[in-house]
Amino acid sequence: MTADFVRHATEQPEHWPVQSQKQYDWNRENISIEIKNHRQEDFEKAPMHVAVLTYLGFGIVTLFGYFRDFLRAVGLEKRNLAQEREEQKEFVPLYQDFENFYTRNLYMRVRDNWNRPLCSLPGPVIDLMERVSDDYNWTFRLTGRTIHNVINMGSYNYLGFAENTADYLETVADKARHYGVGVCSTRQETGTLDIHVELEYLVARFLGVESSMVFGMGFATNSMNIPALVGKGCLILSDELNHTSLILGARLSGATIKVFKHNDMVHLEKELRDSICSGQPRTHRPWRKILIMVEGIYSMEGSVVRLPELIALKKRYKACLYLDEAHSIGAVGPGGRGVTELFGVNPADVDVMMGTFTKSFGAAGGYIAGKKELVDYLRSRSHSAMYTSSMSPPIAEQIIRAIKCITGHDGSTEGIRRIRQLAENTRYFRAKVKKMGFIIYGNDDSPVVPILLYMPGKVVAFAREMLERKIAVVVVGFPATPITEARARFCMSAAHTKDMLDEVLHHLDEVGDPDGEGDS
Amino acid sequence: MEYLAWLYYQYLLVTGIYVLEPWEKSIFNSVLFSAVAMVIYTSYVFVPIHVRLALEFFSAICGGQPESTMALMN
Repeated sequence: MTADFVRHATEQPEHWPVQSQKQYDWNRENISIEIKNHRQEDFEKAPMHVAVLTYLGFGIVTLFGYFRDFLRAVGLEKRNLAQEREEQKEFVPLYQDFENFYTRNLYMRVRDNWNRPLCSLPGPVIDLMERVSDDYNWTFRLTGRTIHNVINMGSYNYLGFAENTADYLETVADKARHYGVGVCSTRQETGTLDIHVELEYLVARFLGVESSMVFGMGFATNSMNIPALVGKGCLILSDELNHTSLILGARLSGATIKVFKHNDMVHLEKELRDSICSGQPRTHRPWRKILIMVEGIYSMEGSVVRLPELIALKKRYKACLYLDEAHSIGAVGPGGRGVTELFGVNPADVDVMMGTFTKSFGAAGGYIAGKKELVDYLRSRSHSAMYTSSMSPPIAEQIIRAIKCITGHDGSTEGIRRIRQLAENTRYFRAKVKKMGFIIYGNDDSPVVPILLYMPGKVVAFAREMLERKIAVVVVGFPATPITEARARFCMSAAHTKDMLDEVLHHLDEVGDPDGEGDS
Repeated sequence: MEYLAWLYYQYLLVTGIYVLEPWEKSIFNSVLFSAVAMVIYTSYVFVPIHVRLALEFFSAICGGQPESTMALMN
């Protein structure tokens, strides 16, 4: 079996099926028809009184924060967090900036809604360990009881591959018995196993590109490989709402970074034109490379990138495109192959396709795929390939079995059933929530559903109420989202049955207010 | 009664008091209550007087001309 894969890996690229063979017409009308087919999302603005009340709420809690800080400084109250040492009182203060203030006075009050420990696999229902606090969330205590069968609306389990059924995991257990679990080496030394070669071949064929490389960690795939691709004298145009790993990789590379408004192609074109005209910062020479960094689905908004317009722009201005499909691979598209399939775009047009296996495949790690020259270059130049340990064999086998399931190569229709189930769940949930009157962001096809709650008190009360009713949701507030747009984020999964979704919708109806502000 | 409890809950959520500890909630509630009480008392004492003066002022402008000429002639 191993020899087959070595032979396949050296086959000519023409034998590998390319995703979409049709010629893409760059005529403007065709592009706008494609965009209309995937209805553009609108980010509905909050009513004015909601914005005012949100600021009011934050203002009042900030005032109380100053009051409590004063009490702590005077000595009337015990200090629970880090504080300056007595001997260093004349030194520059360490804990007075806004971030520490926010953590001490806002986050600590409500932090029982995050970091909740689970004690089961992250499937459609989970078990939570019960955790109480006696001193208003400064310390926690586990009572020893477990909350069973909480419906899980927070895990990125889009296709339901986070499962522990024995017959599905048979091959994974075999590989663990054969290879062990640790690889004890980096890719360049002795860490490239035949299972990695098989996995890379499968990933490349799945995406419809020439070649791919897999890494052990998804965050490190972005932050360690972008510095290998661009450097000083290059230009990076990155979307406003890009993930931290992309921003970190961009900053680490030393290239000039310009940010364009979220999904705004007009602004991007303007930035491109201005940058190309003015050139590199001081010398005004032409840029060595221009890289546009976007994501397939943005995890906080649920919006989808406008791929056909981007490809037209990229070709016109001779830039390169870096597409991060962390949330969209496996979750969108009729065959689960991501945004390129969703829009019917030739995957060879995207220069660097990146993705992670954490979300739809139920494993860990990331990949970068594209032309053979690109991937071969990365194999020798990437920090991640040289210094981090390679992917663990049972995890690689889990990804292999997931890809085989999705494409139908294991002989069953389970993959297609899951993709269709996810699409149906997404459509059903979004339609119902919109009908209830909530404000949702994002494209109608994306399985990430953020429900806007705006006010800090409502966000916290929502999370606690839903836990009372045995539904686990993820709520996000200020540092990860703009200060007035706190939200609760629901992640659809193919493993959710219609009954589970109906129960969640029923409780959402009770807890939420029909005006879309949350919490009745 | 249920409705009042719901209203209080909404007030807690909207002003952001929900996240504070009980003694802080009491401080805020008492400060707000005393401010509102002072506003009501002040309006009770002063609003009738101000309204009467305002009405006199405006009636002196609009319908006052005939009266003053008569007063002058007399």
